[in-house]
Amino acid sequence: MKQKDPDLLLLHAPLLRQGMTTPSAMRDVLYALLPVTAAALWFFGLGALLVLGASIAGAVLTEWLFSVSEKRGESLLDASAILTGLLLGLTLPPGLPMWMAFLGGVVAISLGKVIWGGLGHNLFNPALLGRAFLLATFPIPMTTWTPLRGSESFFHVNASNLALPFMQTQVDVVSSASPLGLMKFEQEVTSLTNLMFGNTLGSLGETSGVLLILGGIYLWIRRDLDWRIPVSIMLTVVVFSGCLTLFDAVRFPSPLFSIFSGGLLLGAIYMATDPVTSPLTPRGTWIFGIGVGVLVVLIRVFGGLPEGVMYAILLMNAATPLIDRYTQPRIFGR
Amino acid sequence: MVRNENEAYETFIKGIWRDNPVFVQVLGMCPMLAVTNSAINAVAMGGATLFVLVGSSFLVASFKQWIPKQVRISGFIIIIATFVTVADYTLLALVPKVHKELGAFIPLIVANCMILGRQEAFASRNTVRLAVMDALGTSGGFMVALFSLGAIREILGNGSLFGVDLFGEHFEPWVIMILPPGGFLTLGLILLFFNWVTQQKDKFIEQVAEAERVATDG
Repeated sequence: MKQKDPDLLLLHAPLLRQGMTTPSAMRDVLYALLPVTAAALWFFGLGALLVLGASIAGAVLTEWLFSVSEKRGESLLDASAILTGLLLGLTLPPGLPMWMAFLGGVVAISLGKVIWGGLGHNLFNPALLGRAFLLATFPIPMTTWTPLRGSESFFHVNASNLALPFMQTQVDVVSSASPLGLMKFEQEVTSLTNLMFGNTLGSLGETSGVLLILGGIYLWIRRDLDWRIPVSIMLTVVVFSGCLTLFDAVRFPSPLFSIFSGGLLLGAIYMATDPVTSPLTPRGTWIFGIGVGVLVVLIRVFGGLPEGVMYAILLMNAATPLIDRYTQPRIFGR
Repeated sequence: MVRNENEAYETFIKGIWRDNPVFVQVLGMCPMLAVTNSAINAVAMGGATLFVLVGSSFLVASFKQWIPKQVRISGFIIIIATFVTVADYTLLALVPKVHKELGAFIPLIVANCMILGRQEAFASRNTVRLAVMDALGTSGGFMVALFSLGAIREILGNGSLFGVDLFGEHFEPWVIMILPPGGFLTLGLILLFFNWVTQQKDKFIEQVAEAERVATDG
């Protein structure tokens, strides 16, 4: 039964309403990611669309399946599931079989969000949780970087994208190392212009540094993003890897290479800033950002993996409640 | 006699479903997570536990008058340890490969709180018949849990069941399922499912009661 509008409207204290709501913030992030997605399509061909579509489909379907029947439309309309699927898709390699991307979307929403109690209750970033699951489950397909489409037609689809569910790709995949892998294992530096404009191998969304930064600036102007987090992450990475470069310029990558290679920009701008899984206080966000930056460099340089952004952000996600507790401002007068 | 039959049956079923040691009481987690990376390991572990639990329940129930209250725990442990030793050497003699894979977890059955718990809570205060039925039910429930976890993990993680290939050579194994995180994930999902079923059942019973109340009132 619907209630009639009361004649006298009684409201509680915050009477000033901000225009920003969850759906509008989510939509802003989606708009900011549009250029990056377009770049992924341009560099990797139509196969990229298959991977992105599969991960979004997995996320949205899971969200629909697990939402309470009365609220079904509502939880889909706030676009958070689409955003999770898209962010996950952008962290996946272009040659990943579609069924794996779909599974990643399912895990991201079910284990990353629904199981904690839905939007706003999760401890870890859902998209990164989905990626961590995929990386632990299918380590080889997740680190197989298919080359850019180059002169092939736009409608070029990698054969490995179309592997049957539960099956391996039956075609030999042509693959090479990502810039970070080249740096770590062969001490080979990729040119900075290529890194900035996206002409490198890697995950779908991490190739074009410039577009990622443009999207970040858009989000900052729209006040959807706490600038302290990406800035503190990047500053820490620059300072830390700068010190290492001074020490040994051959073994350790330069600061600019560290910023523009791998998933650092994607992670710092779009994933570490997730308002649910990052600290609330300004002081806390600085600690969070510095923690991510230090962990990224530590894992990249001294760890066994070429890339460490995902684990760095997930680890700091786990520390977020603790940071929030210790940086709470004192109540006035006490 | 009829009442007795029913009671024995009830005791047996209770261990498998309503008081399932793993899904409901969440006991015996250590072997549950450690050895369920393949179905054959899980079943061997379940069989060893069944043998130990039934044997020690039988002995404890038979000797309950002669075990002094003050030292009952050590008494139970000695009885359990005897059967564990027997199970350990039997497995070593019959299936040395499985025994090697289970490793320290066979001797560790002695520390399984599910087994000591049944002696303390049931076998030491009931008749031999009931104690054996209870032991069969509890270890049956444990076996069901071990097998379902082991089967899921082996099918997804290796594409096989009891070593038999299910999907052909092009199967993409889910590496995580063989590793420890896979055990935690699968167990969590099974627990989730079990709780959901129980919840739905309770809801259904409530609805039926409500309908009956309405019917008698009307």
